[in-house]
Amino acid sequence: MTVDTSRELEAGLDALELGPVEARTPVWRRVLSSTLPPLVALLVLYAVWQLVVSTEHPTNLPSPSEVWTELQSQWDQNRIQQAVGNSLYHGVLGFLISAAVATPLGVALARISLLRRSLRPLITGLQSLPSVVWVPAGILWFGLSAKTLFFVVLMGAIPSIVNGTISGIDQVPPLYLRVGHVLGARGLTLARHVLLPAALPGYLGGLKQGWAFSWRSLMAAELIASSGTLGLGQLIEDARNLSSFPGVIVGILAILVVGIAVDLLFFSPLERTILRRRGLLTS
Amino acid sequence: MTVLDTLRRRSVPDTSVVSSSAVVVEGMTKRFGRGPLILDDISLSVAPGEFLCILGASGCGKSTLLNLVAGLEQPTAGRVEVPGHKPSLMFQEPALYPWLTAGENVELALKLRGVGKAERRQTTQELLALVRLEGAGHKRPHELSGGMRQRVAMARALAQDSKVLLMDEPFAALDAITRDVLHDELTRIRQEVGATVLFVTHNVREAVRLGDRVILLSSRPGRVANEFPVRIPQPRRIESPEVAALSVEITEHLRAEIRRHAQKASS
Repeated sequence: MTVDTSRELEAGLDALELGPVEARTPVWRRVLSSTLPPLVALLVLYAVWQLVVSTEHPTNLPSPSEVWTELQSQWDQNRIQQAVGNSLYHGVLGFLISAAVATPLGVALARISLLRRSLRPLITGLQSLPSVVWVPAGILWFGLSAKTLFFVVLMGAIPSIVNGTISGIDQVPPLYLRVGHVLGARGLTLARHVLLPAALPGYLGGLKQGWAFSWRSLMAAELIASSGTLGLGQLIEDARNLSSFPGVIVGILAILVVGIAVDLLFFSPLERTILRRRGLLTS
Repeated sequence: MTVLDTLRRRSVPDTSVVSSSAVVVEGMTKRFGRGPLILDDISLSVAPGEFLCILGASGCGKSTLLNLVAGLEQPTAGRVEVPGHKPSLMFQEPALYPWLTAGENVELALKLRGVGKAERRQTTQELLALVRLEGAGHKRPHELSGGMRQRVAMARALAQDSKVLLMDEPFAALDAITRDVLHDELTRIRQEVGATVLFVTHNVREAVRLGDRVILLSSRPGRVANEFPVRIPQPRRIESPEVAALSVEITEHLRAEIRRHAQKASS
């Protein structure tokens, strides 16, 4: 066989293996297929709520319209915006500090066997500890201040980001590291060019969970330790003190919406991009 | 100047400084911890530009041998020398990094060698052209076929600018036709680059198709059992009668080696 026919054979194989380029589904269809089901679910939920309220049994569950009125009044007083702003500020900042502390800690624990054996059980234990238990300790230590909020957020988020980082690194195929070695990468160079990018999907999962823990911990702290600034947790606590059931529900809904929005606008797109680039996500 | 010129030019001072062998293994023995002996007193030398195939059944320590030559493991006794070169190593899996494009995978090898940015770009293009993947540099590994991925891995191995290429069953996971095409590619590329190749396989025909010399290892522990020069001119075809004839002869020896273990087990 001559060189030319071998070249042709190779080109033919390449073309066959790659297959025809599939047409992508149009944008409107993708948007529709991802937004329609949750919208329908929401409508069903709304209908059930309305149904429960309108049954003849006396109930003090507020109707959707009462909650709507309450939301409008809170909005007009600029309370809800302020609370969301303050809570997001504390939550995001606390999360970022947690990530900055937990990431190097996680890498160290993953790579240094002695450190891992001594600290991993503790970290895992801390992860299953409800962060509310840190609130009294925080109050005694820092008083009713923002420091208490950050303290509780950090205690909630750091263990879960550390564990996410460790499992991200554990999942790196050993072959990637061997190839890195063969290519001459050692120590920090190996970490930068091989270990960390390879661990990214698992690490991102850890960050996502870390955010959820930050947000939950913050709400618990705000509910109990009302500091000077108005947060969503405090909004609920204030409503309870006024025996305003609609106010409590407005607060809960706001917490839910913020949690969903952060995931939808930040974590999900990031995760999808990373996974798609690596061919770990079809469609 | 092309990458091939660069590769050839850099090889000149090395060969003048040291001995005439590209790889020397002398009395090498390996065991892991207190485990069984994996390799027992292996001695072999590979001439510059030679294509040496190492053939053996399971448990002959083929991969361990390559790891030792690559410097990934240390021998328990004996010595390994690869004068002037840090060998590059290719595995059965392409092991391309999925967060990088094909081109970036090749470029990373250059970057880790400290090659400047402009030169890196150009050399990457030349290496991709060498494995006939000029247009695929922007593609991600998962968008490539198995054969294409292994060609990218080959380009990455060549990017290490080593004159010694160690290959650990690199085509074992590919289908027959793709493997055949890659045999042609490897034969062509190693002639163009003038590399010394140490190629481990359990496929007798593949060894005869590619090698200038075939070494047969015995199993448990691995010892050099036999050596066969391959005096068939390149380009060879895997289906040619000469290749088939020698393969039959070597297979007989390989079978005898394996049978020896049956007797050992029953006695």
